[in-house]
Amino acid sequence: MKYIVAIIQPHRLDEVKQALEAVEVNLMTVSNVLGQGRQKGFTEIYRGAKEVGGLLRKVRLDIAVNEDFVEPTIAAINKGARSGKGEVGDGKIFVLDLADCVRISSGERGGIAIG
Amino acid sequence: MNTGDTAWVLISAVLVLGMTIPGLAFFYGGLVRRKNVLSILMQCFIIVCVISLQWVLFGYSLAFGPDTGLGIIGSLKWAGLNFVGGQPNADYAATIPHQVFMIFQAMFAIITPALIIGAFAERMKFSAFLIFTLLWATLVYDPLAHWVWGMGGWLRNLGALDFAGGIVVHVSSGISALTLAILMGKRCGYAQQPFRPHNLPFTVLGVALLWFGWFGFNAGSALGANELAANAFVTTHVATAAAGLTWALIEWYHHGAPTVLGAATGAVAGLVAITPACGFVNPMNAIFIGILAALFCFIAVVLIKTKLGYDDSLDAFGVHGVGGAWGTLATGLFAEKAVNAAGADGLLFGNPHQFLIQFLLIIIAPIFAAGMTWIIFKAVDALVGMRVEKKDEIVGLDLTQQSESAYTVIE
Repeated sequence: MKYIVAIIQPHRLDEVKQALEAVEVNLMTVSNVLGQGRQKGFTEIYRGAKEVGGLLRKVRLDIAVNEDFVEPTIAAINKGARSGKGEVGDGKIFVLDLADCVRISSGERGGIAIG
Repeated sequence: MNTGDTAWVLISAVLVLGMTIPGLAFFYGGLVRRKNVLSILMQCFIIVCVISLQWVLFGYSLAFGPDTGLGIIGSLKWAGLNFVGGQPNADYAATIPHQVFMIFQAMFAIITPALIIGAFAERMKFSAFLIFTLLWATLVYDPLAHWVWGMGGWLRNLGALDFAGGIVVHVSSGISALTLAILMGKRCGYAQQPFRPHNLPFTVLGVALLWFGWFGFNAGSALGANELAANAFVTTHVATAAAGLTWALIEWYHHGAPTVLGAATGAVAGLVAITPACGFVNPMNAIFIGILAALFCFIAVVLIKTKLGYDDSLDAFGVHGVGGAWGTLATGLFAEKAVNAAGADGLLFGNPHQFLIQFLLIIIAPIFAAGMTWIIFKAVDALVGMRVEKKDEIVGLDLTQQSESAYTVIE
C-alpha cells in the first residue's frame, strides 16, 4: 500500500480528477493549501505598501492505493496536472509507504479497506 | 414647514447613519487582519449606541444650543431635547421640524469619532475606547460643531464656510487620528511583517456604501429638497468619481497596477474633500477638487506616512485629515455666490478674504483637536490604559476584547 500526496495547481484539479477516475481511482481527499516552490510568490500592493513573495494557492490531494494502482495513479496525476509541455509551478507528487488502513464503518483492515 | 424638505432630511439622516454602520464598519473591517474584524464592527456599532444617547441628553445642546456668550459652547438649555420638538427652529432650518434637524445632526456626531477608529485599529482596549469616544465627542466634536455651525459660534460669525463638515467632521477626526497613532505607537510587528487586508471585498462594499450614504451627508446638508441639494449632490458625485479614477491612475503609473483598494481609497478622499465645498462650488470645479484630493491624499498615505513612520493603521489621517484640509482650502478658492447666495465668493471669484478665513480654519481646528486629544489620551491612559497587552494584541482583539471570533474554520 502506498500513500500518495500530490500538490497541484488549483485550476488543474478537474483534469486530475477526471484522469484519476479514468483509471478507477475514485477515493481522495482534497484540500486548499498555500505554498511556494521554484515559482516563488506574487508581489501584492496595498496602498503603496509592497508585500513581496506571498505564498501561492495550491491544491493538495491525498490518495491511498494498493500496489497495483500506484503507477496508474502517478501517471494520471501527471497527465492531468501538467500545463502544456510542463511549467514551473505545476507541482509535485510524493509517494510514501503506508503501514495500515482501517475502514471505520466496518472495522476492515489493510488492502481491502482502501478501495 | 415643508413636507418635501422634511422627507428629504429624514431620508438623509438614515443615509448618514448607513455611512457608519454598515459603511465605515465594513470599510475598516475589511482592512484589518481576520483576528480583529469584530473589534472594528463592535466599535462602529457601539459608537452609534453611545453617541446617539450622548447627543439627545446633552451633546446637541452643547453644539447647537443657545450660545453661552463667547461663541465657545452652547448652553444646556436644550439638554434632554428641551425646546427641541416639532416646531422648526428658523436659525438652523426653517422648513423642517427642529427634531428632524437634531436627529440629522446626530448622525454626523456619530460618524466623526467612528472615523478615528482607523488610527488605533488592532490595538486599543475596548474599555478605553468607550471612555475616549465619549470624552472626545463631548470635548472636541461638540465645541467645534458649535464654533463652525452653532448660532453665535465664533468661527461661524467670522464667516467660515463648511457646508457638510470638512472641518468639523474630517479635519477634526483626521488630526485626532494622527495624534492618537503617534501617542499609541505602532502595532506589534509593524513594517516587519505583512499586514494584509483580510477581506478587500468587504472594504469595497464599505466604500460603496459610504459613497451611497454621502449623498445624505452632503446633499442632505442643504436641509431641503431644493436647487442647493441638487448642486451638492452633483458636485459630490463628480468629485468622487474624479478622485477614484485619479488614484487608480497614479498607482498604475507609480506601482505598475491599478488596485481596487486604491480606487476605493481615492473615492473616499474625493468624498471627504468635496464635503465642505459641495454647496458652494460648481460641478466643474468639483472635478478639479476631486483630482487634487486623490493626489494629496496619495502623497500623504503612500509617501509621507512611510517616511515619518507613524502607524495610522487604516489611514484616517492621510485620507480624512489631508482630504478635509484640502477641501476646506478649496472652498476658499472656488466658492461662488452664483452657486449659493448664502455663501461667499472665494479667492478665484475676487474675494481673497474668504481664503484667509478658510486657512485660519485649518490652523485653529487641528491645534484644538490635537491638543484636546492629547489631554484625553493622557487621562484615559492613566485611568484604564489605552493599549491592550502585547499578548492580547497578538492573539487578536476579537477573542481578547469581545470573546468571539468572526470566522469558524471547523464546524
